[in-house]
Amino acid sequence: MEAIAPHAQNAAPPRPGGLHGFVLDWAADQRVFKGVSWGKAMMWIFLLSDTFVFGCFLLGYMTMRMSTTEPWPNASEVFALEIFGTHMPLILIAIMTFVLISSSGTMAMAVNAAYRRDRRLTATLMIVTALFGATFVGMQAFEWSKLISEGVRPWGNPWGAAQFGSAFFMITGFHGTHVTIGVIFLLIVARKVWRGDYDSGRRGFFTSRSGRYEIVEITGLYWHFVDLVWVFIFALFYLW
Amino acid sequence: MAHAATHQHGHEARSATVVHEEGQAHPIRVYLVVWGWLFVLSLFSYLVDFFHLQGLLRWTLILIFMMLKAGLIVAVFMHMQWERLALAYAVLLPPIAVLVFVAIMVFESDYVHLLRLSYFSADGG
Repeated sequence: MEAIAPHAQNAAPPRPGGLHGFVLDWAADQRVFKGVSWGKAMMWIFLLSDTFVFGCFLLGYMTMRMSTTEPWPNASEVFALEIFGTHMPLILIAIMTFVLISSSGTMAMAVNAAYRRDRRLTATLMIVTALFGATFVGMQAFEWSKLISEGVRPWGNPWGAAQFGSAFFMITGFHGTHVTIGVIFLLIVARKVWRGDYDSGRRGFFTSRSGRYEIVEITGLYWHFVDLVWVFIFALFYLW
Repeated sequence: MAHAATHQHGHEARSATVVHEEGQAHPIRVYLVVWGWLFVLSLFSYLVDFFHLQGLLRWTLILIFMMLKAGLIVAVFMHMQWERLALAYAVLLPPIAVLVFVAIMVFESDYVHLLRLSYFSADGG
């Protein structure tokens, strides 16, 4: 492209922003998302579709909770723990929330380090993020086994509306799966960063193309989305 | 239009190079401040439950903290505030359809609830 139009490069005025720029971008008969690589645009579109998936889960949960005639179990008490003899309501969920937010922070730092070409720091931060993610999944496994041992099933529970179990297992299960996939994704990219694939131009085994440091940002988009979904689950399922 | 398109084409070639070199590089301070706020807001939402706030106050606080956290994550951590509007609108506007769906289902579940109350009332349901 640079070889074809060297003059236009120097002469081009900056693209307008705001609504005018929005209309021009969509009406230009060219790529719509200027300055955004296909990888990033596709990740955003995937995340949009995932938004609808989780949106519909939460919507289904709302519908069940609003239409049932039985009392809804009190999440504050269901997820309470005894810690050193003290009764702490919802404490496990609070810790899980803080773990996930910490991981989001280290991920943001990793993206920053990646664009500064700091290989070691990027890979380390990504591995720390993955460790936080694995901790989160571990705590979720603990939470699930605790509830199952107390008699919560998708078709019933000892405290009230039977729909509580199905909504709980469906929503947190799907979210936990996303976290697990994210951990795997993080570890794969961290390994490539550590090895210096994006400096040496080494080709990936799947696409046989060389990658760019932008993949760290794309991985970050996915990871932040997982945290974002948890924000909604925490507020609407656990606190409501 | 053709005129503008030519210019945009040329500019795209240049900005594509720039983007590859710089990406979404922002000062670390911004991330740290947002990180801190996310912790504070999460703590606040936990305290809402801890102090057993009830009723309208509870729902309002939960939803405000939720939206603030979601907004911070999308705007800063996911860099949406630095993207062009073409991408921001393509991602942020479609979820409005979910809100419309929510509104529909609120009416529907109220109706189902009413039906259940009147049909199950015989056996105390």
